[in-house]
Amino acid sequence: MSGADWIVPILLTVITASTPLLFAATGELIAEKAGVLNLGVEGMMLIGAIFGFATASATDSGLLAIVAAALAGGVMALIFAFLTLTMMANQVATGLALTIFGVGFSALLGDDFVGYALEPLPQLEIPGLTAIPVIGPIFFGQDILVYLSFVAIGGVAWFLAKTRPGLILKAVGESHDSAHALGYSVIRIRYLAVIFGGAMAGLGGAYLSLSYTPMWAENMTAGRGWIALALVVFATWRPGRLLLGAYMFGAITILQLHAQGAGFEVPSQVMSMLPYLATILVLVLISRDRTKIRLNAPACIGKVFRPAR
Amino acid sequence: MTTVEDAVQPAQRPAAPTGTPLLDLAGITKAFPGCLANDDISFAIMPGEIHALLGENGAGKSTLVKIIYGVLKPDRGELRWNGQAVHVAGPSAARNLGIGMVFQHFSLFEAMTVLENVSLALEGEPLSALRERLLKLSESYGLPLDPDRHVHDLSVGERQRIEIVRCLLQNPKLLILDEPTSVLTPQEVERMFETLHKLSAEGCAILYISHKLDEVKALCDTATILRGGRKVAECDPKRESARSLAELMIGEKVSPPSRPERTVEAKERLVVSGLTAASDSEFGVDLKDIGFSVSGGEILGIAGIAGNGQTELMSVLTGETLVPAAGAITIDGEEVGAQGPAPRRALGAAFVPEERNGHGAVPALSLSDNAFLTAFRRLGLVRNGLIADAPTKSYAEQVIGDFDVRTTGPAAEAGSLSGGNLQKFIVGREILQDPGVLVISQPTWGVDAGAAASIHQALLDLAARGTAVLVISQDLDEIFTVCDRIAVISEGTLSDSRPVGEVTIEQIGLLMGGLHGLEGEGKPHG
Amino acid sequence: MVRLERRPQHSQLMVYLSPVIAVVLTLVSGLFIFAALGEDPLVSLYTFFVLPISDLYGLTELLVKATPLVLIGVGLALGFRANVWNIGAEGQLTLGAIFAGGLAIYFHESESPLLLLPAMVIAGVIGGMAWAAIPAFFKTRFNANEILTSLMLTYIAILFLSYLVHGPWRDPEGYNFPESRLFPDAALLPLLTEDSRLHLGFVFALLVVAGGWLMLAKALIGFQLRVVGLAPQAARYVGFKQNRLIWFSLLLGGGLAGLAGMAEVSGPIGQLLPSVSPGYGFTAIIVAFLGRLHPLGVLFAGLIMALTYIGGETAQIELGLPAAVTGLFQGILLFFLLGSDLLSTYRVRFGAAVTAKGGTS
Repeated sequence: MSGADWIVPILLTVITASTPLLFAATGELIAEKAGVLNLGVEGMMLIGAIFGFATASATDSGLLAIVAAALAGGVMALIFAFLTLTMMANQVATGLALTIFGVGFSALLGDDFVGYALEPLPQLEIPGLTAIPVIGPIFFGQDILVYLSFVAIGGVAWFLAKTRPGLILKAVGESHDSAHALGYSVIRIRYLAVIFGGAMAGLGGAYLSLSYTPMWAENMTAGRGWIALALVVFATWRPGRLLLGAYMFGAITILQLHAQGAGFEVPSQVMSMLPYLATILVLVLISRDRTKIRLNAPACIGKVFRPAR
Repeated sequence: MTTVEDAVQPAQRPAAPTGTPLLDLAGITKAFPGCLANDDISFAIMPGEIHALLGENGAGKSTLVKIIYGVLKPDRGELRWNGQAVHVAGPSAARNLGIGMVFQHFSLFEAMTVLENVSLALEGEPLSALRERLLKLSESYGLPLDPDRHVHDLSVGERQRIEIVRCLLQNPKLLILDEPTSVLTPQEVERMFETLHKLSAEGCAILYISHKLDEVKALCDTATILRGGRKVAECDPKRESARSLAELMIGEKVSPPSRPERTVEAKERLVVSGLTAASDSEFGVDLKDIGFSVSGGEILGIAGIAGNGQTELMSVLTGETLVPAAGAITIDGEEVGAQGPAPRRALGAAFVPEERNGHGAVPALSLSDNAFLTAFRRLGLVRNGLIADAPTKSYAEQVIGDFDVRTTGPAAEAGSLSGGNLQKFIVGREILQDPGVLVISQPTWGVDAGAAASIHQALLDLAARGTAVLVISQDLDEIFTVCDRIAVISEGTLSDSRPVGEVTIEQIGLLMGGLHGLEGEGKPHG
Repeated sequence: MVRLERRPQHSQLMVYLSPVIAVVLTLVSGLFIFAALGEDPLVSLYTFFVLPISDLYGLTELLVKATPLVLIGVGLALGFRANVWNIGAEGQLTLGAIFAGGLAIYFHESESPLLLLPAMVIAGVIGGMAWAAIPAFFKTRFNANEILTSLMLTYIAILFLSYLVHGPWRDPEGYNFPESRLFPDAALLPLLTEDSRLHLGFVFALLVVAGGWLMLAKALIGFQLRVVGLAPQAARYVGFKQNRLIWFSLLLGGGLAGLAGMAEVSGPIGQLLPSVSPGYGFTAIIVAFLGRLHPLGVLFAGLIMALTYIGGETAQIELGLPAAVTGLFQGILLFFLLGSDLLSTYRVRFGAAVTAKGGTS
């Protein structure tokens, strides 16, 4: 029995477990880089998940489902942006409200869909490449959302490091007063960043309901939105580390599932705690270095911007 | 290839004074809730002219320049640029017209490089080309800058250079400078004036906002004087005496504080020796081997340019930052270096920090609560773990009455007071606790002349009652007005103190510039 | 033209009026939501918000549901004042239930409520405090964000309870259902009235409201919490110790959530189940905000939010609506509240700018 026989399925499942985290964390990274802390990721993911699932059920179109999920996440983010940016509400409280609302609204919409299953999104095979042993199925045998998640994180890394709009976005998160004084529209830039974050969270949710477990269940995100928030801190707001972190967490999730399947003597609930324990551990380890956090965190994060009129 | 000459050369030589004004303001009016910041202000700036906008804090200068730069919109009135009425929709529109602005509170991004900061103000120029232009321009105007350094590593003076270079790179026809010299040593000020004269000779008009009369007299061709939001005069400052300008600017006559009879006691009440402390902030200044003492009945002034360790020194003195060496700070002989604010206050110390809102006072709480904030221990305002309302309120009323704080009463929120009134309240709150030692930072920063005079008088009276007073200030005039001795802080080290009568402003200026003159890009550390 | 104009001083009127505005707007949205669900809006609204409390039993049920919300809400409100964002009250409630329930299960032959009940109260409080101490320690020692750590601990707490009722604490005579044995009578909180489920826990809630009010308005510690939340630098300047206030806030919030957990399992539930709360710990966050972070306000807000719970149950039975409607209403209410908060710091002006002289331009 060759190694690839068991390692490939595990690696494949690691990718599926990591993709929703990667989407949500990539979106939140952009929002936070613009200086906005949106704690509503969990709620936006759930809304994305149910809208994606409902659209797929109604139209049988994976593509439409993906678009619907991104739009739904974006609209959720728009509510958040309106309250925190236009109405200047507290970002922490509004983010919590968004999550509470998202949990309730998705459960309401999903009431009719509980128990139905969908065909998972098709794998996009690339002739020739997919057939390569080990590497082929892992890198060239995924569905469109997995590829999209790589495009998203790669694009965000390029956007932040190399482009002028990226520089402006960072400037707005660094000092909204200075950016305003130079004539940049702080509010408009933040709206766009927050909405992008919501669309990404929506896609993360859609991956769960369309591909990971192609069905709908209440609260099916099970805290992944919160883990995505922690990942952004873990990554100290850097895209490369964000990718690494998302895959590390995906791996932990899968390892504990496999360990449960392998019949270890540890109760399943204790194994299920592992991703949450790992999140706490990682947060503590990273946050311990206050200087590093302060140097990397956008200076205006969570602060209300009140322009003089 | 752009040359430096192209970069700064205006289209024509300065026009004759009779020509079309570059900028013409007509009847500019702007109101904020409860305050008419600009009331029907009109004046004109000619090309190449250095025009002063002179006025006290709160006279409406900042509001007016924000309107010119498009940050604020006027309620009424018109701006004409080269004779054409224009609507300045925002700062980028202003920049497109040819208006550049150097802000009093810099609009810089700490975590970014000099080049990125400059790039953010210029639309769409490739970074490599911009780097070339920046280096050439900063060399030709004697404003050295390293494009790749992060702003948080730079001194305040260097930061201002970024702002100026950033404006000049846009080939402005009008350069606005808002209180530019408050962060410079007297020597740096001279260098800057040379730059401004050069610009003016090249045809760039300059709008120079200040409340410092000698600077305006030395630099400007014309002065528009604002008071209480209105234009009160326009004159040639070189033909006016400093006294007449001051009267125009301040209006009511402000008499210098009277110095009550006092004797400096032999007893040293606040003693600092061998005080070394690393800054809490990675952008801050470390304190190195600081030593001084203040006796009862004496006022010691610590001068220095902003950002040379004053914030850190204040934090160590108040007990917000503790130092391991308990003996580095003593109050009336007790070692307090390792103890927080509460034990220091129990020994009779009182403190007024530089920032009023959110540091010295809580804006969202009432004046009663703010009085309670620092006074509750010394005045016993907590009974059985509960706040004693009546004595707290009467203490707040006493502060309001004794220090002439204009407010609706002790229930008013601190944030609803003007800067000067809130500062009077905070100073009064500390002084009426009858402290043995008072440490006060920037006593009259951003405060109108009347309030400043009464605060100065209160400090002198307090010293006359035997209190040791330490004043940390960037305002040399203030230090010469109230202090007996003066020391200078620079790069986290403190000079020896000397009696005020034995030093000149120039000597102090040299000490202030101490280790960071304009020349040294590679400024020596430590 | 509509403009916002900053008020020179916070409007006290608006501080109290904005929750009312939010509730009214939520009810109006309710009309649309019910219509969208294909129900008669007015009938639904009646069924949701009036029918459940139209008899005495309904009213006592309202108080039963409000009890945990108020207990937790007061603790959270005081913590939020200090900018300590403990959002893991659900986990602290669960630990309180586990600690108290453990005693009840271990001493299931006890016949002495005078010993067992106080011990359970103490155990519940300690359980909640212990769970909240973890984020407090990580925050003060390692600067770790308490929002994320306290929330992660909630998932862990719920899994831990699930493990207990599936494993060691499963009722030996319970046909393998994941439930503990029923608590002995000595471990049940006494009822306040006949024919209802209203229990002594509601009295705890009232006492906590009174104590919380005294603490916030009159005590030095409450003043310190307010100052550190409004102006942390001012708190440092006068020597209020931030870390101590973080510990205090979390232990207080955790202890009260633990008490709520004890009161739930020892009151209406009477045993340990895999889930001992329909999200009271999260709803209490809304209660705290809706109550203006003030203990008296929390009492009223707790009653309103309790109504959304029993309204949801009634609507489920009468109209066949999913229970999730409750969460939807709660989220919307908080949205409107946060939005209308703007009115206490800003006033809305119609028309062009008004100068200080009173003339318009």
